[in-house]
Amino acid sequence: MTHGRIVAGALAPHPPHLVYAENAPQNEPRAECGWEELRWGYERLRKSLESKPYDVIIVHTPHWRTGRGHHVLAHPHFSGLSVDPVFPHLFRYRYDVKVDVPLAELVVEEARAAGLTSMPMRNPDFRIDYGTLVSCHMVRPQWDVPVVAVSSSSCYDDFSVEVGDAQMTALGVATRKAIARSGRRALLLASCSLSHRHFTQEPAVPEDMTHEHIYNYNQYLWDMRMLGHLRAGRTKRVVEESPDFVEQASSETRAGSLTWLLAALGFPTEPATVHAYGTVIGTGNAVVEIPPSTGV
Amino acid sequence: MRNPHVPLSLVVPGLPHPLLAPDRCEAWAHVREGFESARALVDASGADTLFIYSTQWPSVLGHQMQGAQRLVWTHACPEFHELGSIPYDFAFDAGLAETYAQCARNRGLHARMIAYAGFPVDTGTIVALKLLDPARKMRVCVVSSNMYADRAETIVLGKAAVDALRETGRKAVAVAVTALSARMIPSVIEPSEERVALARDDEWNRKILELFREGRLEDVAQLARTFYREARADQKFKAVWWLSAVHGGHNEYQGEVLAYASLQGTGAAVVALREGEGLAGDPEFDEDDVEFFRGERSVLSPTVRQATPQTEASPALGVAGIVS
Repeated sequence: MTHGRIVAGALAPHPPHLVYAENAPQNEPRAECGWEELRWGYERLRKSLESKPYDVIIVHTPHWRTGRGHHVLAHPHFSGLSVDPVFPHLFRYRYDVKVDVPLAELVVEEARAAGLTSMPMRNPDFRIDYGTLVSCHMVRPQWDVPVVAVSSSSCYDDFSVEVGDAQMTALGVATRKAIARSGRRALLLASCSLSHRHFTQEPAVPEDMTHEHIYNYNQYLWDMRMLGHLRAGRTKRVVEESPDFVEQASSETRAGSLTWLLAALGFPTEPATVHAYGTVIGTGNAVVEIPPSTGV
Repeated sequence: MRNPHVPLSLVVPGLPHPLLAPDRCEAWAHVREGFESARALVDASGADTLFIYSTQWPSVLGHQMQGAQRLVWTHACPEFHELGSIPYDFAFDAGLAETYAQCARNRGLHARMIAYAGFPVDTGTIVALKLLDPARKMRVCVVSSNMYADRAETIVLGKAAVDALRETGRKAVAVAVTALSARMIPSVIEPSEERVALARDDEWNRKILELFREGRLEDVAQLARTFYREARADQKFKAVWWLSAVHGGHNEYQGEVLAYASLQGTGAAVVALREGEGLAGDPEFDEDDVEFFRGERSVLSPTVRQATPQTEASPALGVAGIVS
């Protein structure tokens, strides 16, 4: 079997507003426009990925929260309707998703070998979360490659950001080993925002961009600091500053997605490409392509 | 009776074990028995409505009231999917939901009724409805748990629920779907290994239950933040803020702890509260008794306050309302 590898990683945030504004055929609500910078950033990411063919997308999602370690989708096929419980007026999406079950089982196996609690999710009635769906849709709207979705463990809340980052680092390395054993060419997505304080109201027309801006200057400064690290290839620094980022900017990286991604990529020192930065209902979001470390 | 619209309040846990697997574990069976005792109290209460606040339905844009007339689905719990699926067919009271949303807006809150086919009813609400009203005799209204709402906002949300009950003439059982300590045992365990995750969580849970047993609902509400800090109470234990505001913020209740055990390490209690002769008397209030919500206190950026969007749905919330 060919040695599998990671072809690229991406910070791929999941605000349902993006699929809404795309007027994706799978999504029931219709929009006039909205959040163009981020949507065009995803377009640039898709274009860039055309030269990096992949067999599978592995996505770590904040909106599948689990308390017993790290769960992994491991049923071959899911279809149904996903209605976002938070923004149901924007996201009512019909999905049809194929899962790479052998790779999913390998991720569980390697995670357990690393001392983590992990389990496959085999219930066919499971409804796929909108984090998985939005990130995958924006990266690969044709849905023609299988996915593996990994849940977000509550270890950050149960213990601390430091403990959470340690677990996610181990999970990232385990994921890389699983990919190597599978022979797959994998694209990895961290489905999270950066700063994550929302406005609690929205305008009458959700896509009226005259109302859209970052929630506060503090969040903006933190987002720029983190993007600066990524653009300079200082990926370890991102994780080192993670506790402060989480505390001071309410960052969604608390879900572990970004640390998992950077660890799986081998904490690359090569510069990342920021395809876009924009806000969605006050939260900071960036579409960032991160190359795997040449050392792994 | 101080609040004739709410003859009974309940605190119930929201994990699926008592519904799907009560026979596998003594603790899960005990919680199931607590639900069955609670169901008998619901039947005897004379109420026509279950009014539910679930910590497992998060919201960001203010407060959402479930108004779908019918939701049919087969649910798999995102956490305990291996326990099996739960088919449901629920009807919700759109009239009450809309009235509740309007009453909430009248008190300065951002609120709306939602009604979408396929909307994912959360595990906690499903468990509560299945076990408290298996014959679907009651009308049902469910409200979300806003992740940013702190005590003042949640109390106003509870008062708006009373406004809605008064306006519609309904008599409701108020149900807080919440764990006590919410810390799970972070590994897969055998049913025989079931226990509260940490001894200190167990000790805090028992202290809170002692207060519930003495009918001191408002005292529990005032301790919620401490309880959250010390024992990771579920979602800041804000469901009890809502419950205290709905039933009445005082300590003159008859409290009954119908069950207490653990579900995957979390503190799971079934508690019933009815107005009665409490032992503790009325409490002193540690904060203003809020009647109208005046918005978030945006302390970090004045410019945000000026630019926060208004909506047609909240005409009372002008800029002055947001910053004051």
